[in-house]
Amino acid sequence: MGNKKLVYLGIAIFLVIVTLPFWFNRGKAAPAPELVLTAKAKEAKECVRSKEYMAKDHMRVLDLWRHSVVRNAERIYVNPQGKEYVMSLSNTCLDCHSNKAEFCDRCHNYASVRPYCWDCHIDNPKETK
Amino acid sequence: MLELALKGSKRYYGWMGFLLAMVGVGFLIYLKQLDFGLGITGMSRDVSWGFYIAQFTFLVGVAAGGVMVVLPYYLHDYKAYGRITILGEFLAIAALVMCLTFIIVDLGQPRRIFNVWLYPTLHSVLFWDTIVLNGYLFLNIIVGWNVLEAERNGVHYPAWVKPFIYLSIPWAISIHTVTAYLYAGLPGRGFWLTAIMAPRFLASAFAAGPALLILLCLIIRRTTSFDPGREQIQTLAKTVAYAIVLNVFFFLCEIFTVFYSQIPEHMDHLTYLFVGLHGHGTYVPWMWTAMGLMVISIILLVNPVTRKNEGVLAVACIAVFAGTWIDKGLGMISGGFVPNPLHEVNEYIPTLPELFISLAIWCLGFFVLTALFKIAVSVKEEVRE
Amino acid sequence: MERSRRDILKLFGISALALSTGPVLDAFAAEEAEHGAAAEPYVKMGDKALKAKQWAMVVDTRKFESEEDFTPLIDACHKIHNVPSMPIKRQEIKWIWTAPYHNAFPMSPMKFVDEKLEHTPLLVLCNHCENPPCVRACPTNATFKNPDNGIVMMDFHRCIGCRFCMAACPFGARSFNFRDPRPFINPAELNKQFPTRTKGVVEKCSFCAERLAVGQLPACVEASNGKLVFGDLYDPESKVRELIRTNYTIRRKQALGTEPSVYYIV
Repeated sequence: MGNKKLVYLGIAIFLVIVTLPFWFNRGKAAPAPELVLTAKAKEAKECVRSKEYMAKDHMRVLDLWRHSVVRNAERIYVNPQGKEYVMSLSNTCLDCHSNKAEFCDRCHNYASVRPYCWDCHIDNPKETK
Repeated sequence: MLELALKGSKRYYGWMGFLLAMVGVGFLIYLKQLDFGLGITGMSRDVSWGFYIAQFTFLVGVAAGGVMVVLPYYLHDYKAYGRITILGEFLAIAALVMCLTFIIVDLGQPRRIFNVWLYPTLHSVLFWDTIVLNGYLFLNIIVGWNVLEAERNGVHYPAWVKPFIYLSIPWAISIHTVTAYLYAGLPGRGFWLTAIMAPRFLASAFAAGPALLILLCLIIRRTTSFDPGREQIQTLAKTVAYAIVLNVFFFLCEIFTVFYSQIPEHMDHLTYLFVGLHGHGTYVPWMWTAMGLMVISIILLVNPVTRKNEGVLAVACIAVFAGTWIDKGLGMISGGFVPNPLHEVNEYIPTLPELFISLAIWCLGFFVLTALFKIAVSVKEEVRE
Repeated sequence: MERSRRDILKLFGISALALSTGPVLDAFAAEEAEHGAAAEPYVKMGDKALKAKQWAMVVDTRKFESEEDFTPLIDACHKIHNVPSMPIKRQEIKWIWTAPYHNAFPMSPMKFVDEKLEHTPLLVLCNHCENPPCVRACPTNATFKNPDNGIVMMDFHRCIGCRFCMAACPFGARSFNFRDPRPFINPAELNKQFPTRTKGVVEKCSFCAERLAVGQLPACVEASNGKLVFGDLYDPESKVRELIRTNYTIRRKQALGTEPSVYYIV
């Protein structure tokens, strides 16, 4: 190969760039997000499902809810403990968790996800914006 | 073989650079559309499909036109077309790239486009349209690439390609039939609810596609050392002649059915396009121009003296392309939506951003076309040395 | 050189396959773990939900005298559903509105009509057809006919905004969000309990499915004070069937065979 030097140089530059996030951020790991529960959420003690389940799988719950409500006209959810909830992001979830900036956004910003639910589902049903 | 597209004359680089620049600007405007919404176009609640879908519909026809070279060569052993089948196939690829881009640009929620395949809906013609268009794209890539590569290596193409070639012929008919079925099965749109929609689509496709191919062949002969061939161009011209005659004949059939039956609902759309309705007549000059172009092209193409003169033939092909573009593009779409289902007239006029994005997509198509033709012509020049 | 490149690519391919089996198996394992817990969650309809095989509406045009009779109905719908007032007319969004007789019924124009029909507009909305061409057209089933109650619904999550349904509707009942509708909804009237829509999706009347689910009649019906009657088309005892049996009713563009569920007493 005539271009051996250039190829090795190119590989080296590539490795530097591709590992940039690791060595650039060494020792500066961002702390895990702290979530603030509203008074109403604290009072309720438990969410629709367990905290562990919701932290990991709340999108699964929401997908089931939207499929059931919109497509099957079924609006009541009975959780494993037998408690009934109206399946509504706007009126059930966001009713208790009406502090998007201190609750939802904390984890979403940390994980750099941008769900567009709030383009339609109006947040803060209890307070005016 | 791709490397053949990377090297060329200064003119080649200049042309490709210009096209890329146009695509770049168009892309930036599209970003604005993504952010703002389709409100930057001239589309409305009544005319909910506009320039983008019009271009898409027209270009599906151009893509299907490639079959007019493939069919005679592979099914009827018309050896002369062997020189240029690859050009027809590559033209189809470029046209299909434009079609798919126009669809994406027209969607309100393009990030959800995969929903079409995640939730396949077999009773929706649009679902089948995505299947046949993508299928035809892959067919042309597979067939074109392998046949060209075999030609470059001086061997016959591998046997497994043959069934794909045979498949591509009815598939070409299907892409435009399915696209016509998008329109022809809607009970609320009297202008489109006609059995002759699919035949008319095919006729104008087989006029516009080969017409463009003739023009491209003439350009190739001028700019490269590969000559697609006088006989080939003449046979294509005869195809265009028959196709454009059929297209105008089908149109006249529509005129007869609509105006002899005197059903107001059906008459309204054609009246709006050609005479104006309730004081609205933006499309009237366009439609008459289209008709004029198509009639002129028929005269020039049917008459062997003018057809055999390649200069005049080029003019005729431009007339065919422009006439069918106006008629099938804007005329058909606007005419179908106006008047609306409540018999109200709200006209559609595309906006500048909409037009520029469309122009940029055409540039994208020509970019792909130029690159593919460069490859094909380079191979042919190589082989003939 | 060509042989070794191909071999390296093969190696990459197999490695990618091997490395991805771990996470895939993990994902399945996670689902299994949940099942070991308490009872299975399930969904159901509410107790107060109103049920019907095919919801239908009868519009008694004789009870409408002037534009003022229509405005409360239209406002009731548009307010609770956060329907925006768009600044440019061609991008307007309307779920229910009025149209003169020869626009609502363009296929049966009459040169000489009774005065009432000539001067009083009619209420028009989505007809929730039994044989809806818009549902046939939709490539993702984002608009679909609920088989349990006959409502032609919109799934705003799934809609890709292709607007094929708008082309298919023979009644012009559908609107498209050409831009973000939020700035054009009066904030004082914003109904926080019902989502707005986002740019790029199609919307239309949903026969107030969310109200029917909690035992309420559609907003326009409630606001109409008896001018609109709502009920099950396939319940022979329902009020709509009674009205259809005892009055002459017409439906828009009946000849097209879409079987609209909105009947007009003229």
